[in-house]
Amino acid sequence: MKRIYLDHAATTPTAPEVAQAMLPYLSGVYGNASSLHSFGLEARTAVEEARARIASFMGAKPEEIVFTSGGTESDNFIIKGFALSRRNKGNHIITSSIEHHAVLETCKFLQGQGFSVTYLPVDENGLVNPDDVKKAITAETILISVMHGNNEIGTIEPIAEIGAVAREHGVAFHSDAVQTFGHIPIDVNDLQVDFLSVSAHKLYGPKGIGLTYVRNGMKIIPLLHGGDQERRRRASTLNIPGIVGFGRAVELAGSDMRAELSRQSVLRDRLASGLLSAVEDSRLNGHPIRRLPNNVNISFAFVEGEGLLLNLDMEGIAVSTGSACTSSSLEPSHVLAAIGLPVELAHGSLRFSLGRDTTQQDIERVLQVMPGIVYRLRAMSPLARKGATA
Amino acid sequence: MTQTGAYNDKVMDHFRNPRNVGELEHPDGVGTAGNPVCGDIMEISIQVEDDVIKDVRFRTFGCGAAIATSSMTTEMVKGKTIDEALAVSNKAVAEALGGLPPIKMHCSVLAEEALRSAIDDYRRRNGKS
Repeated sequence: MKRIYLDHAATTPTAPEVAQAMLPYLSGVYGNASSLHSFGLEARTAVEEARARIASFMGAKPEEIVFTSGGTESDNFIIKGFALSRRNKGNHIITSSIEHHAVLETCKFLQGQGFSVTYLPVDENGLVNPDDVKKAITAETILISVMHGNNEIGTIEPIAEIGAVAREHGVAFHSDAVQTFGHIPIDVNDLQVDFLSVSAHKLYGPKGIGLTYVRNGMKIIPLLHGGDQERRRRASTLNIPGIVGFGRAVELAGSDMRAELSRQSVLRDRLASGLLSAVEDSRLNGHPIRRLPNNVNISFAFVEGEGLLLNLDMEGIAVSTGSACTSSSLEPSHVLAAIGLPVELAHGSLRFSLGRDTTQQDIERVLQVMPGIVYRLRAMSPLARKGATA
Repeated sequence: MTQTGAYNDKVMDHFRNPRNVGELEHPDGVGTAGNPVCGDIMEISIQVEDDVIKDVRFRTFGCGAAIATSSMTTEMVKGKTIDEALAVSNKAVAEALGGLPPIKMHCSVLAEEALRSAIDDYRRRNGKS
């Protein structure tokens, strides 16, 4: 049985070209990029090539890129580091209620340190209203953090509009672009962002490497101390294989991003409309149009997401769910709650996230097996209407 | 068949082929437990003759562990006296399933509560409580 991976929002397969590019740096080229000798120079050269390529891909300058271990570190670094550096200027941070936990939990941590945080609501499609951002700004506001594309429901936020509001008020602006970088075009000047968080493994790069974009002139206190790497913004020996792989992944994205964007959007829409018409009492979560090209999030009434996930897994199809039962908190997704989805529907939600390797046949196979799986679970659900079918 | 990560084969067997699914047409007792807000709800109906559970059916909205423990519970109490059935603990059900992931142990309480609620209902109907 061919396995079908539809969980690219969790992580993507490392592209063979990426793995190939990394190999020399896992063995022969082992110098420390900080060393002055020729071994160090080889490593340094590879890092700076990757840095320049990645920077130019987002309209940034090479010195504005700080390599990190990934999205979580980048979010922590920017939010904590910037809040601490502006502590005497103000203590207020604005974010949205649908951010990744790396942002939300960091904000909560800062609340415990004396900062105050506004969590903006979103509309039923998951959109943050730039006017709400404007109204939330006070004399104390130092940072606004709103994600670019939501990892669960795929809604793409009006980042350029929020960036304009931030700039108009002289407030720094961060966006978590982990789900969008390499998938939809990003230019830091068009988006008017001061900080971005990016992770390589979401765009067919290796795990354990990511970056923060830090606009020139923005002061930020490091998370890691103990070395002069990354212009003293992040101490730690550079992850050379990771950085080289990241650079190669960005190069690949540069060559096929636009084509993939339209190809995957077509498959996404086919999957969404196919599921909605094949399965009664189902609904699409997230914005119908302003959404990631690879994201389909559907709630199936009367059934629970983990059961759906396990049944799909038995068919070799990998997806994820916003159901409580798969989280340690036992609470359903905060994102689905924020868009006003009734809790019982949140429990029955599945996220399908497509990728470069997803084919039309894969989508047809999902459409073929899904109604039967929902029907089987509904048949044993006390919530299903009498005689309800898929 | 693809191997699933979280559950052992026995749990997956009961999830895939749950025993005693449905509703009894003329139940002597019906009970429910859980609520849809928490993400699991179980409904159980029992048929009792001479203090013995002759037949039992369940319907569950919930995760894999909730469905598997519902199924195993019905299998374990079928043919038992009311008192014997009441002595079947959620731990015993989890053990009979070869263990559940720690985070899923609370799911096993659901079936125990639903069964107790059905037995209470049976006793009420028969003026025994």
